[in-house]
Amino acid sequence: MNPLHQYLLLSALLFSVGLAGALTRRHAILVLVGVELMLNAANLNFLAFWRYGPNPEALTGVMFVIFAIAVAAAEAAVGLALIISIYRHLRTSNVDEVDRLKG
Amino acid sequence: MCLRNLVHSALCLAVSLVGLALVYLGLGAEFIGWIQILVYVGAVSILIVFAILLTRGAEAPPGRVTVAPWSGLSVALAVFITLAWTVIKSKVLAGFAGNSPGGYTLAVKEIGGKLVTEYVLPLQVMGLLLTAALIGAVIIALHERKGWK
Repeated sequence: MNPLHQYLLLSALLFSVGLAGALTRRHAILVLVGVELMLNAANLNFLAFWRYGPNPEALTGVMFVIFAIAVAAAEAAVGLALIISIYRHLRTSNVDEVDRLKG
Repeated sequence: MCLRNLVHSALCLAVSLVGLALVYLGLGAEFIGWIQILVYVGAVSILIVFAILLTRGAEAPPGRVTVAPWSGLSVALAVFITLAWTVIKSKVLAGFAGNSPGGYTLAVKEIGGKLVTEYVLPLQVMGLLLTAALIGAVIIALHERKGWK
């Protein structure tokens, strides 16, 4: 088992923890936290393959991670704004209780 | 097993993201590691704490904090086992074993050069996306008053 395998297993573990959080928690913010963990697992995969891949001078993995971090930051901002707006309308942030389309 | 206090959950997220930034530093991507600390620990975690305080406060609602925990956990466990089995058994990854990471250090100057030459169009699109997302977030979260349009 070389270091690339260890990084990929760590990434798989991080993804699974994020998936478990997103699937089981009831609070909408914690679902978003699980999604963030899954995005970070993908970033770790990109960096591991960039480091141990055949052509690190091309910097493809690094560029992908930079853009992924920017998109994830935008996603977190919009997601939290949506959660705050839903809380104002429905007085709850439990994802089970937000089950109607009509505000 | 689950933390009931939401602020504790957000702080644990910050700690795990710092750990991931250390992993990035160990991989030789120092710039990405510091970006990770700045963006995730400095901005996203604080944003999550603010959102927690703006919605309900730290205490969890009475009752269970999870929904259908065993089915969710078993799905996550199945995903982990599948991924780990794939990683360990992969023949493509065995081809990477000969590549050693030594001999190449990442310079920030190189990243900057690539960003303004080869990746300049994605950089502009990213700036547009961030602006649109932040304006959208402010408009969505804006407090609505009566008679205000």
